[in-house]
Amino acid sequence: MKFNFKQYSVLPGFGITLGYTIFYLSLIVMLPLTALVAKSAALGFQGFWEVIIDPRVLASFKLTFGTAFIAAIINTLFGFIVAWFLIRVSFPGKRLFDSIVDLPFALPTAVSGIALTAVYAPTGWIGKPLMEAGIKVAFTPIGITIAMIFIGLPFVVRTVQPALEELEVELEEVALSLGASKFITFGKIIFPMILPSLITGFALSFARAIGEYGSVVFIAGNMPMKTEIASLLIITKLEQYDYTGATAIALGMLLVSFLLLFVINLLQSWSSKRLKGA
Amino acid sequence: MYSVTLKKGLQPPLIINALISIIAIAFLVFFLVLPLVIIFGEAFSQGISMWWASIAEKEALSALRLTLLVAAIAVPLNLFFGVVASWALAKFDFWGRSFIITLIDLPFAVSPVISGLIYVLLFGINGWLGPWLIKYNIQIIFAVPGIVLATLFVTFPFVARELIPLMTEQGSEEEQAALTLGSNGLKTFWKITLPNIKWGLLYGVILCNARAMGEFGAVSVVSGHIRGETNTLPLQAEILYNEYNFMAAFAVASLLAFLALITLVLKLIVEWKSSNNQERA
Repeated sequence: MKFNFKQYSVLPGFGITLGYTIFYLSLIVMLPLTALVAKSAALGFQGFWEVIIDPRVLASFKLTFGTAFIAAIINTLFGFIVAWFLIRVSFPGKRLFDSIVDLPFALPTAVSGIALTAVYAPTGWIGKPLMEAGIKVAFTPIGITIAMIFIGLPFVVRTVQPALEELEVELEEVALSLGASKFITFGKIIFPMILPSLITGFALSFARAIGEYGSVVFIAGNMPMKTEIASLLIITKLEQYDYTGATAIALGMLLVSFLLLFVINLLQSWSSKRLKGA
Repeated sequence: MYSVTLKKGLQPPLIINALISIIAIAFLVFFLVLPLVIIFGEAFSQGISMWWASIAEKEALSALRLTLLVAAIAVPLNLFFGVVASWALAKFDFWGRSFIITLIDLPFAVSPVISGLIYVLLFGINGWLGPWLIKYNIQIIFAVPGIVLATLFVTFPFVARELIPLMTEQGSEEEQAALTLGSNGLKTFWKITLPNIKWGLLYGVILCNARAMGEFGAVSVVSGHIRGETNTLPLQAEILYNEYNFMAAFAVASLLAFLALITLVLKLIVEWKSSNNQERA
């Protein structure tokens, strides 16, 4: 059989549009990314490792991944509650709340950053009462986590929402009418069906939190070894013209994120396969 | 685009339902609404005339001009790319198609600071093209071209990823009919394709523009923070904030927050219009 690169079509303009697409894609996206790959390759494993095992770099990795993980877990829980509220509960003005969920997408990250700092600083509306209760939020890992919750919430809500929406309510009604309790219906019918979307939402919110800069950097405090996130450390290295160090940290972040996303993809295909098999 | 129509099915006991509503609303209000309120509260804390003075200040105005300039370059370029790419990728089926779609989504997977870093590695003093650029006295990093490039990168997928699924779903029967009836390619695009995709297109442009005007991390890496020259509005807000000039910082931030609110309202209108269109079709 002859190999056909493209299916036959009467529509014109394939060559020129695809040509332009590849040209522009190469220029804006592929060329700079190649620079990163080449710089990493030049680094070698030895060079990469030397940068990574520096205590300050390790501390920033631990902080970034740790806070991003906690924020993603909190977002998965509350994102589910918000999505359930938006789909299943009747409430006046729900449309407004639905729009508000997109706020972290629409608000520039630096603006969210200074606003969150103002709210949670020791003199802020929420920061002050918490301070009196003995909890310091701004300029600690708790503050970093809060900024990551802010930025990651829409990812969970917007992945779980369509899954809840597409759920066949007949299945639940069958379960209920056959005598299953509400609790069992939720656990055996609803939860398994939306589990893949919860996992995806978790992964997206986690990945976003790892790379986040603008909304985190103001509330973080940026003390080396204590509240310095990995993105900020890249900028610090660049300011010292240490391109090698900056590239190694960026590479470390990318590797860990890809690894985690890969594991989560496996989990997700496992859970959706199980669903189809059942 | 999500509807908020009510779904029946399992109805938890009333008390649980009430609890869910309270938690959801409290979470949204405390985490999302409160910061927004604070921005405007702080911006106008010393009266509207002080707010105006902070906005009309020379450096703030120059930051506003730069922000508008960058968006005016980045949005049309990515809009044009989005339309062209979705024609090639949605109307035709060819080998390697899904691979290209994956590549288009790549900038969303790269964190903002790393998006800036890749341009420094390419054009910076110690970068690949650095020595060559110095020889010809071309400045890209710590100058406006770098800011435009970084913005192009982070806003790259918005229009294309909105249009590709939409146009794939619509198929090409209408275009084929127009062509068999003697219309030419460009005319077919203007009269058939464009009216069909206008809401999706607008949606992509709105999101692209919001990100272009508000990008912070990537722009921060390549800008160099030169006052009155390479500061965009978000960077100007950062500088003022770090100087403890909070009122002025929030005044600048309020402009961006206002932009975000307009974006959300436009988004709502577009969603509403396009769902109306779908119902009629």
